[in-house]
Amino acid sequence: MADEHYPEDLIYHPEHDWAKIDGDIATFGITWFAQDALGEVVFFEPPAVGTAVTKDASYAEIESVKAVSEVVAPLSGEIVEVNEALEAAPETINDDPYGAGWMVKIKLSDPSEVAALLDPAAYKALL
Amino acid sequence: MTEPTESLRHTALYDRHREAGAKLVPFAGWEMPVQYPDGIRAEHQHVRAHAGIFDVSHMGEIETSGPQAEAFLQHILSNDVTKIPIGGAQYSLLCQEDGGVIDDLFTYRLGPQRYLTVTNAANHPVDFQWFALQAGGFDVDVIDRANEYAMIALQGPEARGILRQLLGDGAEPERMKIVESHVAGHPALICGTGYTGEDGVEILVPPANASSIWEDLIIAGAKPIGLAARDTLRLEVCFHLYGNDLSRDRDPISAGLAWACALDTGFIGSEVLKKIGDEGPEQKLVPFRIVGPGIPRQDNPVFRGGSQIGVVTSGTLSPSLDNGVGMAYVDAEFAEPGIDIEIDIRGKLRPAQTRRKPLYVKQ
Repeated sequence: MADEHYPEDLIYHPEHDWAKIDGDIATFGITWFAQDALGEVVFFEPPAVGTAVTKDASYAEIESVKAVSEVVAPLSGEIVEVNEALEAAPETINDDPYGAGWMVKIKLSDPSEVAALLDPAAYKALL
Repeated sequence: MTEPTESLRHTALYDRHREAGAKLVPFAGWEMPVQYPDGIRAEHQHVRAHAGIFDVSHMGEIETSGPQAEAFLQHILSNDVTKIPIGGAQYSLLCQEDGGVIDDLFTYRLGPQRYLTVTNAANHPVDFQWFALQAGGFDVDVIDRANEYAMIALQGPEARGILRQLLGDGAEPERMKIVESHVAGHPALICGTGYTGEDGVEILVPPANASSIWEDLIIAGAKPIGLAARDTLRLEVCFHLYGNDLSRDRDPISAGLAWACALDTGFIGSEVLKKIGDEGPEQKLVPFRIVGPGIPRQDNPVFRGGSQIGVVTSGTLSPSLDNGVGMAYVDAEFAEPGIDIEIDIRGKLRPAQTRRKPLYVKQ
């Protein structure tokens, strides 16, 4: 696995999600490993702005040609923004999982949860 | 993520798939390539536009021979076996007494009293037991040949051209025929059959020669295609998949396979199927297309006017149509093309419409 697959400025959840922290806002997406395992993503529907998400619980579903998977929230909070572009172009999640393929932004309800997530080295050790 | 385990079987082409960077998954007890690095959609389109090769060596073969081979097969297979000429091929069902489907099969006639039947990988052991059990009263030999053949499907509009590069002076089969021939200098049985809706052939060879033929097919212009694209290709043209659209709980009449059932030959299950045919099946298998977003999946409930009228047996995103498509068993009154239905995709009702077969028509 090449290092560029797991950027240093992100923190990771064992269910193959990443979070990027910016003050009390966190951006979520799925990792390079997750999109590779899924194969071509053909459908992703983010939940509505205002939806509460809970750490370790599914907040959305993602579909590849072959299968449906749950997307797990790495942290708890309330959705303040969703990546609307993914509905029309879900393949962006494969092409750019850490950039244009981001899924939702949330306002953190419990910033202390961050401590439980993994740094890139710890996440890579799971793969 | 699935780790390869020692208990999974490998085809003769396993090392080729690994070298090509295939994603390997367990399938019916085998570790098979589900896709290659280009991905399902690119592979699918490649078969529609050019030619692809599929490793289908996990499928099984049963040889039936002897003075009563024809009579025996007529007894257990749904189609009229007497209509298969020497060198011919035929699709049929293997049914149990109540008409439920044990498997769907292609049978090839190799000689006056010699037939080869190709089985689905997951069903092969049970099929062979069924053949052996039913052969009791007949003067036939039933032999399990599954380990003696690797099988490569070469499919697509360019398939015949690629095959001709490797035939030498070997014979080429017409559609729905089988010939004993040569491919890339190796003896092979070549069948003018396939399961993609494209022209093409299926090549049966000893496993020891499979790798070299596979490589030569790639050099001649074919591209390796995984099982995922095989599934999307077959579903677009509404070919049945055992375990999805066919099972022991469904009969061929409901499945729209009456054309492969010669009800007057007296095959096992035909009495019940006659009755179902006369009375009309309660449910029928019908293709459908989602209107708007959403991808149907096996077991999604089908609704119309607030009541459940059926269940999805196959569903996917059609790469050719870029749209959710599938097949579903629905109450017979709704099983004609052009009926508005709703598919319950994980709790959300998505509008859909029943369609004519096939879902994808080649331009």
